Amino acid sequence: MATPIKINNLTKKFGNVLALDHVSLVIEPGTFVTLLGPSGCGKTTLLRCVAGLEDPDGGEIYIGNQLVFSYDKGISLPSSKRDLGLVFQNYALWPHMKVDKNITFALEIQKMPKAEMDQRVKESLKEVQMEGYEDRYPREMSGGQQQRIALARMLAYRPKIFLMDEPLSNLDARLRMDMRTELKRLHHISGATTIYVTHDQVEALTMSTSIAVMREGVVQQFDTPDKVYHFPANLFVADFIGNPKVNLLEGRISGKNTVDLGLFKLTLDTVKSSGDVVVGIRPEDVTIVERPEPGAVEFSAYSVLPSGADSTIIARLGETELTIRVMGISKIQMDQRIWLKFDSQTLNLYDKESGNLINRWN
Amino acid sequence: MAIGGNMFRALRHHDFRLYAGGMAVSLAGTWMQNMAQAWLVFFKNRLSGGTPGVYEYLAGQPPPNWLAYGPVPIIICCALHYYTFFFLFVSAALMSIDSSLEEAGELMGANRWRILRKITLPLVLPALLSGFIMTFSKVMGTFGGPNILGSPINYYVVSTRLRGSLQAGDKADAFVLGIMLIMFAMVTIGLNQRLVGTRRSYETIGGRGFVSQPSKLRQWKKFFFISVIIFQLLVLLLPLGLLTYDTFLLRTGDYSFSNLTLQNWIGQPNPLYNDGEPGVLLNPRVYKTAWNSIKLALYTAFFTALLGVLLGYAIVKGRGTRLAKLVDQLAYIPYVIPGIAFGAVYIAMFAKKMGPLPSLYGTFALLVIVSVAKHIPYSSRSGVSAMMQVGRELEEAAQVSGASVWQRFRRIIFPLTISGFFSGFLLTFITTMRELSLIILLVTRDTQLLASLTMKYVEAGRDQMGNIIVLILVLITITGNFIIGRFSGGSLKKGLGG
Repeated sequence: MATPIKINNLTKKFGNVLALDHVSLVIEPGTFVTLLGPSGCGKTTLLRCVAGLEDPDGGEIYIGNQLVFSYDKGISLPSSKRDLGLVFQNYALWPHMKVDKNITFALEIQKMPKAEMDQRVKESLKEVQMEGYEDRYPREMSGGQQQRIALARMLAYRPKIFLMDEPLSNLDARLRMDMRTELKRLHHISGATTIYVTHDQVEALTMSTSIAVMREGVVQQFDTPDKVYHFPANLFVADFIGNPKVNLLEGRISGKNTVDLGLFKLTLDTVKSSGDVVVGIRPEDVTIVERPEPGAVEFSAYSVLPSGADSTIIARLGETELTIRVMGISKIQMDQRIWLKFDSQTLNLYDKESGNLINRWN
Repeated sequence: MAIGGNMFRALRHHDFRLYAGGMAVSLAGTWMQNMAQAWLVFFKNRLSGGTPGVYEYLAGQPPPNWLAYGPVPIIICCALHYYTFFFLFVSAALMSIDSSLEEAGELMGANRWRILRKITLPLVLPALLSGFIMTFSKVMGTFGGPNILGSPINYYVVSTRLRGSLQAGDKADAFVLGIMLIMFAMVTIGLNQRLVGTRRSYETIGGRGFVSQPSKLRQWKKFFFISVIIFQLLVLLLPLGLLTYDTFLLRTGDYSFSNLTLQNWIGQPNPLYNDGEPGVLLNPRVYKTAWNSIKLALYTAFFTALLGVLLGYAIVKGRGTRLAKLVDQLAYIPYVIPGIAFGAVYIAMFAKKMGPLPSLYGTFALLVIVSVAKHIPYSSRSGVSAMMQVGRELEEAAQVSGASVWQRFRRIIFPLTISGFFSGFLLTFITTMRELSLIILLVTRDTQLLASLTMKYVEAGRDQMGNIIVLILVLITITGNFIIGRFSGGSLKKGLGG
């Protein structure tokens, strides 16, 4: 029942700016795919191209088996014919229609019988837990409620594809958390293929089946949240994902399985035996001990920032600064001497020149 | 009209209503024809072979010629008429100034005059200049005042000369004058763009952190208040009062109470008065003319408002494309062509069948076409600003839901902009009702309109009849403005296209 989406070599220009640069993605049926990236990376443009609201300047888009856009063949199906639903960042509820009219708008166009429409309104409001709101105008509801109605409006006409353009970014932090839960649940129940645009990495990591990290119109990595987080494909992805940010240390490979970082050396498995590299170390992958141990490197605690569930510690050794994340409230004092242990399994090695991940095992 | 409710809440603020009301009255009351005719009632002398005015009646001797007719009264009437335009330009600019700019000056120790001189004035200077240039261009194309106050003593300006040439059958002369007027307008527009074009952006400061705080006038409050009231009385009520009084006179020139009558309003036909025409309210000719005017205003208002919405839609949808820019600029052209020259252009185009252009001279349709064309700049402006308020996603959401272009327009865009449509409609209705310069060249016996009928009466020396019709028009205008004010107080300003 679920529909796959295939995007081939999609290109879109705005004037001289290349918003999408030969983007190709294969989205499996029923998955929840997030387009993630900083503003201006082309994620919204890509979504709008799929929706049929922008005409790309090259490439193809398939929805299911249907070719909905092809630059070469001159095909561009209007969005009304693509059978998809779109939820906007600012909800885009029609202010002059009550909730029920907002929901039945698409159904009326399909000329659905009245009784069935009423049924759909009821069902979809129930799905977003907004029963009884049929007679409200959008302005009479809070932002979170409006966003739920926007969702209900999409659910009511049961499109094959769900598209969502930063649907939670206008909500406050708490509501956002609740809505994440609901959205993930909705996807789980409906099983509709979903493309979700966000610049919030937590949202992407928590909700997606897979994430496409984008930058300047190019997909940097298209992978599961686990892979994107633990094995970022390049320095950009490594730096973009994760909070606190990943530690990136420059060094060079000096002999087998050893990286020389100047003030200290790290041991890790690599087949390469020379060259300039960057080591990526996630803050939570560093262990702090309070007395010297073999293999541990001595640092000093430059700053200690406890924040309840965890604490962030900034450690310094000469010019080298490392961010470390430990669980709970840390007992370490500022300027205290500490020793850091690194787990070679968690370290990622990047080629300094290209910024790409160096595969450790071949 | 459920949307009207909340969207315009700000406009129902007490101060704003006062402001809008005052604006509406002053726009209606200082209508040039009204001013000019009132001027005549007071100052006319027997130079033109007519009867004495109030001045002569009271002072016992005729006013000097320079005060009765010619450039001085024309300039005064034009100034009193157009100061309202100026007022709109400047007030819009003033409202767009963030008060904190002035407050910053005050904190640094500048006194009030210094702030006014060094901060406020420079900021509204572009608007002042713009207002100056636009007024200049408008006055060039004005017919009513100069005709009433100039022609009796053979004092002509381009617009009155143009019509004179046409009436004398000298089309070539008239067209040359028309082209001259248009070129004048082009130059002023060019100047306007040069001088203030780039600085225009002052007017659209908006959004966050914007505070517009009225200055406290302190001890000056009373002084300003009283001067404004006196000024308004002088330019509003006095002329209107004079006109009204004049309409009750049986014989012109005799202002004693014993001469008062209702003959001009509801009198039966009497060969002694008004060439045997019955009073205005019983006069079939007036009714026919009024019906013409109303018909014209309705048609014009409807088509203009509709075109405005459609043009606005097209321009906003195509935002950024070259075509949209072109359409936007083309729609602006009629604004800069002086009214009477516009009429001349249409005579040239439609006087006789030329290629695909049919001969429309003398038809009612021509009046509708020319009025619609002349009002397009206003309506496309207000159409654009109404459309701008409708977020792009609202339409896209409908598009994704499967709605066709027509469905989107009918069910989403139009309902959301309908209040803009209505205020555009009313504004056009009012201005069309009293528009004279534009149609004076195009009306014929059968297509006579109230505004041109007034002129006809005045030219025939039947001032009271003309004055009554002016009063009727003023009444219609004030009522219309009042209704607009109810719909959305801001539309007057928007409609003028500042």
